[in-house]
Amino acid sequence: MDLLEYKGKQVLARYGVRQLAGGEAATVDAAVAVAEEIGFPLVIKAQVKIGGRGKAGGIKLANSVDEVREHAESILGMDIKGHTVHVLYLERASEIETEYYAAVVFDRSAKAPLVMFSTQGGMEIEQVAEEHPEALATLHLDPLVGFQPFHARRLAYEAGVPADVVRGVGDMLATLYEVFVGEDATLVEINPLVITPEREVMALDAKVTLDDNAMFRHPDNATLDDSSDADPQEVMARQRGLTYVKLDGDIGIFGNGAGLVMSTLDVVAHAGGAPANFLDAGGGAKADAIVASVEVILSNPNVKAVLFNVFGGITRCDEVAKGIIEAYGILEPTVPFVVRLDGTNDVAARKLLADADLPYVYPEATMDGAAARVVALAREQGGGS
Amino acid sequence: MSILVGEDTRLVVSGLTGREGSYHALNNRRYGTNVVAGVTPGKGRQDVEGIPVFNTFRAAVATTEANTAMIFVPPRFAADSILEAEDADIATIIAITEGIPAHDELTVYNVLKRNPDVRLVGPNCPGVLSPGKANVGIIPAQFFKPGNVGVVSRSGTLTYQIGNELAQSGFGNSSIVGIGGDPVPGSSFVDVIALFEADPETELIVMSGEIGGSAEEEAAAYIAEHVSKPVVAYIAGLTAPPGKTMGHAGAIVSGSSGGGQAKIDALEAVGVRVGRTPTQVARIAVEILGG
Repeated sequence: MDLLEYKGKQVLARYGVRQLAGGEAATVDAAVAVAEEIGFPLVIKAQVKIGGRGKAGGIKLANSVDEVREHAESILGMDIKGHTVHVLYLERASEIETEYYAAVVFDRSAKAPLVMFSTQGGMEIEQVAEEHPEALATLHLDPLVGFQPFHARRLAYEAGVPADVVRGVGDMLATLYEVFVGEDATLVEINPLVITPEREVMALDAKVTLDDNAMFRHPDNATLDDSSDADPQEVMARQRGLTYVKLDGDIGIFGNGAGLVMSTLDVVAHAGGAPANFLDAGGGAKADAIVASVEVILSNPNVKAVLFNVFGGITRCDEVAKGIIEAYGILEPTVPFVVRLDGTNDVAARKLLADADLPYVYPEATMDGAAARVVALAREQGGGS
Repeated sequence: MSILVGEDTRLVVSGLTGREGSYHALNNRRYGTNVVAGVTPGKGRQDVEGIPVFNTFRAAVATTEANTAMIFVPPRFAADSILEAEDADIATIIAITEGIPAHDELTVYNVLKRNPDVRLVGPNCPGVLSPGKANVGIIPAQFFKPGNVGVVSRSGTLTYQIGNELAQSGFGNSSIVGIGGDPVPGSSFVDVIALFEADPETELIVMSGEIGGSAEEEAAAYIAEHVSKPVVAYIAGLTAPPGKTMGHAGAIVSGSSGGGQAKIDALEAVGVRVGRTPTQVARIAVEILGG
């Protein structure tokens, strides 16, 4: 779960990370109310889960209520690389002496937490690594040992931090690691981390990603989830407990097992089509789960045809066939279905489908054949690609 | 021969008294796997269709000489169960559980790597099947028969798809190993490919990877240096959009890393043939084996 900046800052605040006064607002009037409370000058920032919002015009300085109104109006509803701005964060502007970068990352290749610190803040870390490698210090930690004070000193001195803020920077890094472990985060990134003229260390931005699998340990963090910019099909799928990712194409995909579904998307693309979604019904899906899945797939108006590609291991193909027949009866689809069922109870499944004799349901024997068929049918329905 | 599980396997099941655990453990026993014990705290002295249940792994090992563990407990208990199995000197731990917190997996990985005598397969994997010998996990054994193709995969259903196409062409398997779809797998492609390279029964290795992480690139580098047997590969998720998790917690393209094409390029650069569809993978394997 990726957190918006202001939610990430709420998490950091629990650990005492210093930040400037601020507040979020979803309307222009609410923005004015926040502005009057925190005072001027202030910065208005679009809350989106994507970088580059400053360049896109999503960050503005305001010195008066009129300017807050003007900028809030222009930023709310703005599209930043496909993300619509629904919320603003208003933050008191302050003097900044230096901008640094700090992050704790779950490094899956090294199978260890990676702490990164740089005296070049405010730009992408990849760019720092390329242009100023001397200003970037990195360190893999042993999770069984954790973050020790010497780790902080090593990073601060290696990156060339002035002596009077070594302690402040070190404390900040220790706190970020505490957040990383304490909240089951996979990313805690502060860019920029700023030093004020009073030599205080503060978080000016926050990028926090939490591990969905660990939510049971943090029931309070459920409120940090932000679905205001989520896709309607993805919200619907989540409510039904399905693994669904919306894509740009027009061919609905139903499958079981993440790998086979990914492979199905590729095979459809290989056949010249464009998948409309990723949907993994999981192992052992029963008829009602299949009806729920079909409902989600068909609720996407772009869908011109649907491909069911199942290899039954734990999942029984006859259950899938029953689900398809039931879904067909309940939902009365107007687009064709291509069905390829292989594996456990496949013979019974094919017989069920043959007996049901549904119009616009096309059985196919192989994965490649099914992909070719569904692409052709989508084209007949006026589909693109 | 086969790898990881076979005729010597003495299996203890953590979560044997649960609905899923008992269903699959009994399935494994029907296949011929020697299931010697279960572990469920508080249910010691009970049994599941004749399989004795113990309160702790240590007690189970002391009484039954179990050497392999299957972890079938819910995600919040799974890391603890894996560590308990390691503490009881179990040599091979196969974790089926999906949804274990990433930080728990990190702890488990870093504890186990200090112990050279233990190997973890999974978590979030379908297990290991050595056709005709033993099945530990949830792989539907009916689609596979003994043979000389070793399969290692991050995905369960995709393994069944490829394995089934091979079987239809008349080829069987030495072992089929699901390493799982999580970000921190206990065993990597490299670990399992090394076992297949050393296994006299295995003549060809099929590896089925997917987007996310760099395990396939690491496998390519290892194959170039250490593997004499032919390897055929498949990579799922070439058309997946960046930044989206595709079902498996580990299947995500982040920025410039984890993309499918880079994995294919790395494998092909060291002479591994990569099929563009599961069907192509099976065809290439059959061609190499002279079918």
